[in-house]
Amino acid sequence: MKFTLKVWRQRGPDDKGRFAVYEARDVSPDMSFLEMLDGVNQSLIPTDEEPVAFEHDCREGICGSCSLVINGVPHGPDRGITTCQLYMRQFSDGATITIEPWRARAFPIIKDLVVDRRALDRVMQAGGYISINTGGAVDGNVLLISKEQAENAMDAASCIGCGACIAACKNASAMLFVAAKVSHLAALPQGNPERARRVMAMMEAMDREGFGSCGNQYECEAVCPKNISVRFIATLQREYLRAGIVESGLRTEPDSADQESA
Amino acid sequence: MTRLDAKIPSGPLEAKWDRRRFSEKLVSPANKRRIKIIVVGTGLAGASAASTLGQLGYDVECFCFQDSPRRAHSIAAQGGINAAKNYQDDGDSVARLFYDTIKGGDFRSREANVYRLAQVSTQIIDQCVALGVPFAREYGGQLANRSFGGVQVSRTFYCRGQTGQQLLLGAYSALCWQIERGRVTMRPRTDMLDLIIDEGHARGIVVRDLVTGQITAHTAHAVVLATGGYSNVYYLSTNAIGSNVTATYRAWKQGAAFANPCFTQIHPTAIPPAETQQAKLTLMSESLRNDGRLWVPTALSDRRAPGAIPSSERDYFLERRYPGFGNLVPRDVASRAVKSICDEGRGVGPGGQGVYLDFSDVIEQQGADVVRERYGNLFDMYRRITGEDAYQTPMRIYPAPHYTMGGLWVDYNLMSTVPGLFVIGEANFADHGANRLGASSLMQGLADGYFILPYTIGHYLATTRLDLPVADHSVSRAAVERVTGRLNKLLQSSGGRTAASFHRELGRILWDHCGMARSDSGLNRALREIPSLREEFWRSVVVPGSGETFNQELEYACRVADFLEFGELLCHDALYRKESCGAHFREEHQTADGEPQRDDERFAHVAAWEYREDGPPILHKEPLTFEFVQPTTRSYQ
Repeated sequence: MKFTLKVWRQRGPDDKGRFAVYEARDVSPDMSFLEMLDGVNQSLIPTDEEPVAFEHDCREGICGSCSLVINGVPHGPDRGITTCQLYMRQFSDGATITIEPWRARAFPIIKDLVVDRRALDRVMQAGGYISINTGGAVDGNVLLISKEQAENAMDAASCIGCGACIAACKNASAMLFVAAKVSHLAALPQGNPERARRVMAMMEAMDREGFGSCGNQYECEAVCPKNISVRFIATLQREYLRAGIVESGLRTEPDSADQESA
Repeated sequence: MTRLDAKIPSGPLEAKWDRRRFSEKLVSPANKRRIKIIVVGTGLAGASAASTLGQLGYDVECFCFQDSPRRAHSIAAQGGINAAKNYQDDGDSVARLFYDTIKGGDFRSREANVYRLAQVSTQIIDQCVALGVPFAREYGGQLANRSFGGVQVSRTFYCRGQTGQQLLLGAYSALCWQIERGRVTMRPRTDMLDLIIDEGHARGIVVRDLVTGQITAHTAHAVVLATGGYSNVYYLSTNAIGSNVTATYRAWKQGAAFANPCFTQIHPTAIPPAETQQAKLTLMSESLRNDGRLWVPTALSDRRAPGAIPSSERDYFLERRYPGFGNLVPRDVASRAVKSICDEGRGVGPGGQGVYLDFSDVIEQQGADVVRERYGNLFDMYRRITGEDAYQTPMRIYPAPHYTMGGLWVDYNLMSTVPGLFVIGEANFADHGANRLGASSLMQGLADGYFILPYTIGHYLATTRLDLPVADHSVSRAAVERVTGRLNKLLQSSGGRTAASFHRELGRILWDHCGMARSDSGLNRALREIPSLREEFWRSVVVPGSGETFNQELEYACRVADFLEFGELLCHDALYRKESCGAHFREEHQTADGEPQRDDERFAHVAAWEYREDGPPILHKEPLTFEFVQPTTRSYQ
């Protein structure tokens, strides 16, 4: 197979950037999309042209490094996968493929297709944890957690933090990312003591980093490689509202087992 | 001159770790704030160590080459984590986990280390639950378990097929808390390129900022390496593309002994390579062998579709050769069996490089939904890569380099032969002997990081001097010069070959001669071929761009340059070890029916290699004494 690639090239954050056109030849349908790009780079290097910078690491869909907008869609045309899990058999021979980086104000471009996603780490640092020390934890079976509850927490916790949800959103909103983390810990009894404080802090950090507001268009869910559902955004909204009530000093539940601090 | 003193506490096995903890000196809380510790790597071991050290009050600086600490390769571990909880009441205990691990490692690991690992395993699960790791649960709300290879109890805890991800996100969240509190300074996109040694002690590292290209020295009172394994020396492996040997190899060149490099694990169940430009191999979790059955056609040239071959004409070769453990034999045993079947010409798929992993029996007995719930994400992954539906037709699998038991030598306190340099997780050599059992790497990474290193490092810090070399001290400047000199050499080289082409060629040499089967003649050949390939590399590698910018090709070429040196050390060790044990199989040392032959008389020791600038590495031996278990022929029949 062969393809024509329109690839975004940008030397650094201050460069204007432009599309460059490359031909990908001798592509096998069993190649992954990133192996096809490797091939293009291998042919550029001996000509002393700098290879196209793009992010990747595990190449099995779990580390969340790879981050390409392919023909306008983050992670490309297939659903529920990362860029590295996309195979060339998904494309028709001779096609022209456009490749761009994640575009969002909170994700400045470092080079070509590589962006700076540290904003997501800072949102996590604001409150995406249970603050317990190492040692002294009680036996894991002391807390009984129903299978349904554990599965629900796991559905949310599957988020790989790639940022496709943000790249797909026209407001560059990080609501699905924050919703996944907040819902994961809110679904478990261990997360209960810091439940209100966590959601408040993470929402505040999200705004501070320059992510936009949710527009209820569900593009985030459509491109999420882990199929994280927008129902978690509803959970996030509910948690946020609940936190407001907790902060106001009103009781949220009739007989809450754990004392919760606002 | 390297001296190997493992510093194992005396007394009964069960009491050693308690004794050590009691006899260790403590650092006073007031002093901790003034003590700086560098942690390199943010996988399970690094993230858990950095967060715990921060919590204890030390001033921690943590480095990773990824854009976020959450992306370290522990994230990709699928199957699970072992712990001697005995929740299933099926006869498990600390002693049994200890014994299984010692036996699984073919009696090439230290009793005291392994026993301690089994002891702290139960705490790990509790800690992870408290951090909010969503382990699988039973309907009654208790933690669920599954079985794994090489054992007959059910002690593996899991989060679907993403256990590593969830455990790492737990450790990462603990790290996030310490970063927020100002206890840990996190430096992502930073590559460690050398170690700073002052008066014999590790006192810092030299790093390259991968965005700006700036080279800087960072000093500290102690350095912790949690930089993972070196499977990528084989080019094709199940490791992440960025996983590399540079940090541990650079430490080796600065005097830290490297132990048992030839113990490299080849995992039996990866998806076979499909074409020549392939960049990595994808693992199919060992947990699949709980329900999947391995087979090939009995007849040599049977080209029928798998479904058309009746069960009487199938060879379920693991069940036939190892009736006791069947499809759940340890990884080294399974990989060798697959290799010998393919060498006989009975392999299936392109090039005969594969065997079937078949789920039709369990689907028939328990239904496709049960299989989907257990392994759905793996079946999806398989379909995407191969285009085949494993619910309808058996998977094809073939062994792939996966994990490295060898690593920098450490004593019982996890300190290397360089005082002040600690090594944890896959980067050290200590616990898995010649073969690691499934679901034990996550256990070891977290044991080292949460529960062992934070104790043992305190003793070193309490008994060492507290003045620090400054960043422009002569030893720091010399280390920075070593790094810049090397990078400039790479950038100035003006040939026409890419670093990847050299890496691929090195991988081919090692896979052929130092892979699943090794021989005297093959290893000697590899030892002739690698140096000439390395010379060719420095003559004709091309690295475009400059060192002062984001330059992925320069990062990569730097790693390949180290692999090209390290590969030789790997072969040296494999050539030296004239026995077959665990994952190390020497063709000259096997029984009539092809089982490995260990030689306890001559090789019951750790082979720790010391770097020499002029000449081959020097061997130091740490004898392995077995007081509590008797080394036996490892049988899974």
